[in-house]
Amino acid sequence: MKAKRKINVAVTGLNAIDSPGPGVPVIRALKESTEFDVHIIGLSYETLEPGIYMHNLIDKTYQIPFPSAGIESLLTRLEYINAIEKIDILIPNFDAELFNFIKLTERLEKEMGIKMFLPTIEQFEERHKSNLDEFGKKYGIKVPHSKMIFNISEIPSLRNEFTFPLVVKGKYYDASVAYTPEQAVTYFNKISTKWGLPIIIQEFVYGQEVNVTAIGDGTGNTVGAVPMRKQYITDKGKAWAGISLEDEKLIEVTEKVIKGSKWRGGMEMEMIKTRDDDYYLIEINPRFPAWVYLAVGCGQNHPEALIKLALGEKVKPWKKYDIGKMFIRYSYDLIVELEEFEKISTLGEL
Amino acid sequence: MKIKRNIALSDSGFVFNPSTGDSFSTNPIGIEIIKLLKEGKNEDEVKKHLIKTYMTDEVTLEKDYYDFVNMLLKLQLAEGDESEAKN
Repeated sequence: MKAKRKINVAVTGLNAIDSPGPGVPVIRALKESTEFDVHIIGLSYETLEPGIYMHNLIDKTYQIPFPSAGIESLLTRLEYINAIEKIDILIPNFDAELFNFIKLTERLEKEMGIKMFLPTIEQFEERHKSNLDEFGKKYGIKVPHSKMIFNISEIPSLRNEFTFPLVVKGKYYDASVAYTPEQAVTYFNKISTKWGLPIIIQEFVYGQEVNVTAIGDGTGNTVGAVPMRKQYITDKGKAWAGISLEDEKLIEVTEKVIKGSKWRGGMEMEMIKTRDDDYYLIEINPRFPAWVYLAVGCGQNHPEALIKLALGEKVKPWKKYDIGKMFIRYSYDLIVELEEFEKISTLGEL
Repeated sequence: MKIKRNIALSDSGFVFNPSTGDSFSTNPIGIEIIKLLKEGKNEDEVKKHLIKTYMTDEVTLEKDYYDFVNMLLKLQLAEGDESEAKN
């Protein structure tokens, strides 16, 4: 039997909470790799991210500065961490941090030998919720009409362009369906307070939401793609249970987007399937979703493929996956010694 | 009207539509009807089989059969000409 290759992988998104980050499922996927023996370095933002205390999955965790602190401060922190851990691969998992990491791609590789496999800045920008109309036109994908607004005073005039209900969305996260202008105002305030401006107003498309977790090799090939329907949705709109689907058309749409954009890295496509079997793209997340472990369960280990792509290796695209596989999340109380909390709070590492 | 090709049916009556992810349960007679339709039997053949197998009259069978078949269409488990499933 071939020995597994040892590799040090740093991962963010350790917030396995009710609106979970993808870090913990990405780590679980890597731990099940048949090719790599992974040493996991967790990168956290807050002291109560559960992944920090999951010592069976994460070997050591370091706090890193919030994205708002800027690129230089992130770089300085990563220099310190890398001097100790010798990171081979880094997998960022938050939308909000991706811009900084993409900007640092070259420097991290040249100066520290840390490899990543991320979308380009153009890919990252063009799939923004606020640019989705253009994205749809460019790649021949149906998207609901959407518009950015910056002020509540723009809400009354939305009636000229949209019919209610419509969807009120934050730039990075959160979305609510507003049935009246009054509700739109409430959601505008709620979401902009949390995630800032602009707010995206999107046409409401009736149908079934279906999602795909996928990975592109950067040259137009889809390395893997698994479609899923949420079966149980939390009040934050997150999947608490889901099932893999047989949906060739959805896979075709995914491949079309990846081929057209030459997508590089992991991604999640959120689509609405109408009764007439039309597909509307409502969002592209430029990273793996928190349910990416379902893909592993279905026979496609996307995070492992990402590591190989980051190392510059060729990955043979998967042609199939298990249909009708389900995931069901659960909550679990970790018991944590105060000393551990103290260490991460004061020293910024655990 | 026919059962969609990818619909999975287990002996326990669990029906799974892999295109939508929906699943349902049906009773033994429901299993029998779905199996017959999957085999490609037409409406008359299914009804004849049911009349022969069970103690029921044609009127009751007609009503229950179309109720069931309409439900299969509504739940996207079957496809085809809806007029075949009389209302």
